[in-house]
Amino acid sequence: MEQLKEATEKKGYYGQFGGRYIPETLMNELNHIEATYNELKDDPEFQEELHTLLRDYANRPSLLYFAKNMTEDLGGAQIYLKREDLNHTGAHKINNVLGQALLAKHMGKTRFIAETGAGQHGVATATVAALMGMECEIFMGKEDTERQKLNVYRMELLGAKVHAVTSGSMVLKDAVNATMQEWVSRVDDTFYILGSTVGPYPFPKLVHDFQSVISQETKRQLAEQAHQLPDMVVACVGGGSNAIGSFANFIDDESVKLVGVEAAGKGVNTDQHAATLEKGSTGIFHGMKSMFLQNHDGQIDQVYSISAGLDYPGIGPEHADLQDRGRAQYVGITDDEAVSAFEYIAQQEGIVAAIESCHALAYVRKIAPTMAKDKIIVCTVSGRGDKDVAAIAKYRGVEIDD
Amino acid sequence: MTKLNEAFKNHKALIPFVVAGDPDFEGTVSNVIALAEAGADVVELGIPFSDPVADGPVIQAGYLRAFDQGVTVERIFQMVTAIREQTQVPLVFLTYINIPFKYGYEAFCERFEQLNISGLVIPDLPYESRDELAPIAEKHGIALVPLITLTSGARIPMIAKAATGFIYMVSSMGVTGTRDSFTKALGETVTEIRRYTDVPIAIGFGIHTPEQAHELSQISDGVIVGSAMVDIVGKDGQNAPKELLLYTKALLTAIDQPVEV
Repeated sequence: MEQLKEATEKKGYYGQFGGRYIPETLMNELNHIEATYNELKDDPEFQEELHTLLRDYANRPSLLYFAKNMTEDLGGAQIYLKREDLNHTGAHKINNVLGQALLAKHMGKTRFIAETGAGQHGVATATVAALMGMECEIFMGKEDTERQKLNVYRMELLGAKVHAVTSGSMVLKDAVNATMQEWVSRVDDTFYILGSTVGPYPFPKLVHDFQSVISQETKRQLAEQAHQLPDMVVACVGGGSNAIGSFANFIDDESVKLVGVEAAGKGVNTDQHAATLEKGSTGIFHGMKSMFLQNHDGQIDQVYSISAGLDYPGIGPEHADLQDRGRAQYVGITDDEAVSAFEYIAQQEGIVAAIESCHALAYVRKIAPTMAKDKIIVCTVSGRGDKDVAAIAKYRGVEIDD
Repeated sequence: MTKLNEAFKNHKALIPFVVAGDPDFEGTVSNVIALAEAGADVVELGIPFSDPVADGPVIQAGYLRAFDQGVTVERIFQMVTAIREQTQVPLVFLTYINIPFKYGYEAFCERFEQLNISGLVIPDLPYESRDELAPIAEKHGIALVPLITLTSGARIPMIAKAATGFIYMVSSMGVTGTRDSFTKALGETVTEIRRYTDVPIAIGFGIHTPEQAHELSQISDGVIVGSAMVDIVGKDGQNAPKELLLYTKALLTAIDQPVEV
């Protein structure tokens, strides 16, 4: 118990998770990022600059939309959708990129690097790099560059250089490895804009803070529209950035149930899934102590999901802690269920949602009918699904020339 | 327990690195014996990790060859038992923190002690996180070898003062791999480290020619040669022991040659 208490109070940890486990080359830089952020986060000028960009450039606040058709069809809890898909660049990723990019600018950096899975974070980073006149290089698993060709071209169009990563399983995990390697070799002028709430401290905190605008708005918007707190907040988790943003301002409201939805791929009892919190164990990787899908020896598993954005063998340390202390619950949704939700939400509400977000929507589809009609679920639609249309068509056996 | 600092006495040390399980288990045993025979002062063995972010393509390829042979931590420990039947050359292991973490720090260090393994280098365990492992390693007489880099700056005193075994001075930015030149800042960093500790300083990352080994051994207590060794294993496979022996001898001759005045 003593040990546990000590770990809880350790800087940069969430309970027993978090910390900094990265090459010495980057340690001074991490300290510098942390110190600069601590100075800036309470600086009204910095906050005003960020707020203005979020409002005038990213199109915030995003809408909180009552999904009337879906609610009636499912016949249970009232369903509200937090429309992060309506942000500039089409996903929640822009919130964090604007924050980290401003921080990088204040540190005098001139070059951004980033990993990307589905391409949404890469697109957001390339976009903000164009806006701020920064050099930009994006690392993306080769398999993902093929699954998400449209986003690769978008990034290039925005002036970024896209590296197709050919090591390992050539997906998100490998893109993070490659970006870290690039950062170790060139740290002076370069800022690693990490897209998820993972990595060494303070990255999980930066992403938490910059994404928490989602739940800050939700809380206010729902109070205006329904005069109450939600009963449940649902969001998909890969590394966990939109989920942590969706949960952040409700963590202290014990009545609000928090549910993160992981990719169960072809089923959690197969070897083709990315259900880290359901099936993983504690480990240390990508700079953090957290939960990982790994073998007996500590070798990290190659994971699978139809969604390039959820295809990650780890999870942010704060999520691991939220599960550990029973504050949030994490469930799996399979490829089939997600694809079915992709079609369902399109037909019910006229919204083409990202396949990542459709994991969360698929869970809402299951749980809403079991809840009373006076209950409220808020589900975050983390991104729009244009990027997925061709892949879903293929999944259904329809060939589209993309 | 073989003390690492003995290896640096009266002589600039050469520390070759090969991957455990590369090209296969018997091959690694032969490689280590060849390196010891050639006169290597310490042999560093890499335990393969699925996602080696501090390593370049050459060493990553070595890890992949080892995985193809079905390498596991347990199998590596059995291999060390076979090595120990033939040589008592000081051994240090390089691996990533998840490997000992998953094995259990206590059990891992206990096996090290039983097998007379002297030290452990973990590139993703910086000073701030070492406390979870350092006391356990110390209890078993295992040196937790710290890395210092060209970006360490003001962190040098704290890292140097806590160092045991030797200090792994990283010659350049980036990942492991052969390089053609080193900066002046390297010598200055070594001088800075010396102000805080008597623990030997070995320079690694990028060294591949005898000339480089000579040059860098002049400003330090020893050199670590990794990628060039792993490259030989990759190219020569079962003939690697002979090639490693010749190459190691050439490096040692260069290191020991008198400085021209």
